[in-house]
Amino acid sequence: MSAETLEILADVGKGKSTRSVLRVIILALIAGASIASRLFSVIRFESIIHEFDPWFNFRATKYLVANGFYNFWDWFDDRTWHPLGRVTGGTLYPGLMVTSGAIWHALRALTIPVDIRNVCVLLAPAFSGLTAIAAYLLTNEMTTYNSAGLLAALFMGITPGYISRSVAGSYDNEAIAIFLLVFTFYLWIKALKQGSMLWGAFCALFYGYMVASWGGYAFITCLLPLHAFVLVLMGRYSTRLYVSYTTWYALGTLASMQIPFVGFLPVKTSEHMPALGIFGFLQLLAFLDYVRSAIPSRQFQTFLWLFAGGIFALSLGALVLATSAGVIAPWSGRFYSLWDTGYAKIHIPIIASVSEHQPTAWPAFFFDLNLLIFVFPVGVYLCFQELADEHVFIIVYAVFGSYFAGVMVRLMLTLTPVVCVAGAIAISTILNNYLVAKTPTEEDQQVAEAAEKKGSKSGLKSANKPVVGIYGLWSKILMVGAMAIYLLIFVMHCTWVTSNAYSSPSVVLASRMPDGSQHIIDDYREAYQWLRQNTKEDAKIMSWWDYGYQIGGMADRPTLVDNNTWNNTHIATVGKAMSSREEVSYPIMRQHEVDYVLVVFGGLLGYSGDDINKFLWMVRIAEGIWPDEVSERAFFTPRGEYRVDGEATETMKNSLMYKMSYYNFNNLFPPGQAVDRMRQARLPEVGPSLSTLDEAFTSENWIIRIYKVKDLDNVGRDHISATAFEKGLKKKKATKKKGPRTLRVD
Amino acid sequence: MAQKRNNANRGVSPNPKTTATTSTTTTSSSTTPLPPIPNPSAPIPGSRPTSSHSAATTSAKTSASAPVAQSWDKVVSNLTSHYQKNTPQRTKLVDAFMAFLVVVGVLQFVYCVLAGNYPFNAFLSGFSATVGQFVLTASLRIQTTEGNKKDFPAVSPERAFADYVVCSLILHFFCVNFIN
Repeated sequence: MSAETLEILADVGKGKSTRSVLRVIILALIAGASIASRLFSVIRFESIIHEFDPWFNFRATKYLVANGFYNFWDWFDDRTWHPLGRVTGGTLYPGLMVTSGAIWHALRALTIPVDIRNVCVLLAPAFSGLTAIAAYLLTNEMTTYNSAGLLAALFMGITPGYISRSVAGSYDNEAIAIFLLVFTFYLWIKALKQGSMLWGAFCALFYGYMVASWGGYAFITCLLPLHAFVLVLMGRYSTRLYVSYTTWYALGTLASMQIPFVGFLPVKTSEHMPALGIFGFLQLLAFLDYVRSAIPSRQFQTFLWLFAGGIFALSLGALVLATSAGVIAPWSGRFYSLWDTGYAKIHIPIIASVSEHQPTAWPAFFFDLNLLIFVFPVGVYLCFQELADEHVFIIVYAVFGSYFAGVMVRLMLTLTPVVCVAGAIAISTILNNYLVAKTPTEEDQQVAEAAEKKGSKSGLKSANKPVVGIYGLWSKILMVGAMAIYLLIFVMHCTWVTSNAYSSPSVVLASRMPDGSQHIIDDYREAYQWLRQNTKEDAKIMSWWDYGYQIGGMADRPTLVDNNTWNNTHIATVGKAMSSREEVSYPIMRQHEVDYVLVVFGGLLGYSGDDINKFLWMVRIAEGIWPDEVSERAFFTPRGEYRVDGEATETMKNSLMYKMSYYNFNNLFPPGQAVDRMRQARLPEVGPSLSTLDEAFTSENWIIRIYKVKDLDNVGRDHISATAFEKGLKKKKATKKKGPRTLRVD
Repeated sequence: MAQKRNNANRGVSPNPKTTATTSTTTTSSSTTPLPPIPNPSAPIPGSRPTSSHSAATTSAKTSASAPVAQSWDKVVSNLTSHYQKNTPQRTKLVDAFMAFLVVVGVLQFVYCVLAGNYPFNAFLSGFSATVGQFVLTASLRIQTTEGNKKDFPAVSPERAFADYVVCSLILHFFCVNFIN
């Protein structure tokens, strides 16, 4: 019976229609798996928006759902960047919010009432399922093996490099952008292969959607022209290339200009110029191609020299003229930092201060891609062996993507798709060679050799593939077994990484109790809830920019600066207020109508992401604007150490940030034994005193501390003397203030 | 590299060296047998001097250095006669439309340079409408030309026209939306 069923099963696997059914089922399962593996955080914590940026996106989505599309488009937000406000509708990428808004409306129309929060939380996992399918389609354009596509879909679905930005709750632009990236590439390959205007138009439409969703669209804007250019250099110009590229460029550029935030950038900035240049270049090539087919070659040469020389001189002149007249803007700072990793640190501290803009450490590649990082070069090599137009694309993408992933941690995300595709090609080639059951016979080999001899006469060596069969059963079993084990380890690694590294909401922290049970630390939400319930509706909160979006989203209070770091001076103002003495900070806070100041302090719990650790960036950014008032050197001890204990410098001890962090901290401990557990520093016996601020709220684990800015003194004294008076230091103050006595004359 | 690959692929086609000396018929036939990769040496102006053509080029140059203008005339007359003889009437119509688009585009650009680009939205959408329509029409022309049949196995002339209409609709939708 068992033999019969096996045979039936084998027969089922052979039929063509059953295969496609199987393929669909496997794809569906892969999509399901990629969704499921992203739900750790929902199960472990709750359905909550993560981190920082997603809170803004969530808030914007709520605004969109509540006020409709047109209001959203013209949204001026006066509750951020106080007192400047922000033209939010014109300075965001609306794709994400519009997508989830549309899904929400669609579900409502189907009479499925869902909370918009749940739509937002689960959007990223849902789109990751689509990404897996897009990766399948893209890979299928590369090889004839269907298994490669399925493997690529699987890799794309569970590789940690992509999961890191798409777990449930990380409601960020990348959540949908990676799907759009992969799908746009698929459409581009399709358009190029068929030379079809329609596919080119689809590619342009999805490119437009991508532009609407993520600033990383520049990656496509640079990669497609580069691919076209490499093809031309390889002598592979074809009419198909002309049709697909020009259709994509003409429609795609127009589509991208529809987004207010992008606007005229595609015709003005240098990042977009390669695409325009290749567009013009292809027009020339098409014309030359036509002329070449029309006239004899001798004449064509004369024509070519005159024509090409004239065009070259003209365009060079135009470029020089445009650049010198300032029509084309120079490269932006973020772009420079892609070429010179040290650039941002020197010139733009605000860019360098963001952790995801740091260069990638090499273990991160293994951590995020595991097995794939080894098979990636193999896949690229296999692409070299076939080298059709689409394989050139993978090669160009691989080189380009690897470089950028090495420069910036966050761009690991753009490398991941090509690694998955190339890795899948490599592994499926191996498996296809070793899984074949029949051993090649002598005859086969002779035929192959004969073919090789014939082929070597007419063509290049590399163009002929030697037909090699695997003879030994053992080598097959060994190889297939090893690959299977590697793949299993890969799956385990991915699950482990997802579960341990990427599933923390970072709004809610988890720790282990001594007995192994989980303890949830919920200080952030406790503090934001306090703000929401105990402060005026329009109380302005000053904090470092990292927390701006969260305060706006969770506490619904106006903030001075937030994560949309468009105004460096304003951020530097906050940095200056934090890093100066109270006498300097207080007028700044009064001028900005600050009611409350919020700091994050990890000294009690040993939480590393607190403000004292970020403090040097505040100092640096403030120093960039006021070099003679704030100096980074003054925060280091003479021996060059950054200390918070008794040996900290006077500037450090007097800075507002230090005082707010450690105010009253030593009261928690027996006298003289206050210890900062984050920095392992014993604090001085007498804690700092505050005269212009009142402690308003401190959360359970002291992670968030909120201070109220005092109003002006009733009797017109300055705050320091007022505090001193209350402490009973009347005499000392009096002498100090009055100075040497003078005789009354009047 | 491009040169090498090209030789390898078409064993039958004449060597580039001979191409330079042979007559019209050979060149035109040498382009047709290889649809996906039309002779790659030609479209790259930069690669010329280093390729095997260099000997022929220099000799041609020395002989043609004095009567450049004359040979240029010959080129142009050849081109026009080829065009008039070998182009179907329908394609000529398409070409007339393309010429019209070029004229309109140039007019807009000249206006922008002379009178300023104040409603930049309007200029940009007008100009990109002409450019976009031009490349779409060029694509249509390429796809419907008999000689390029082998390049587009999946695209029949009817399909090409349908694609053209759809793409033009998308283009003009974006333009109208952008014009403010």
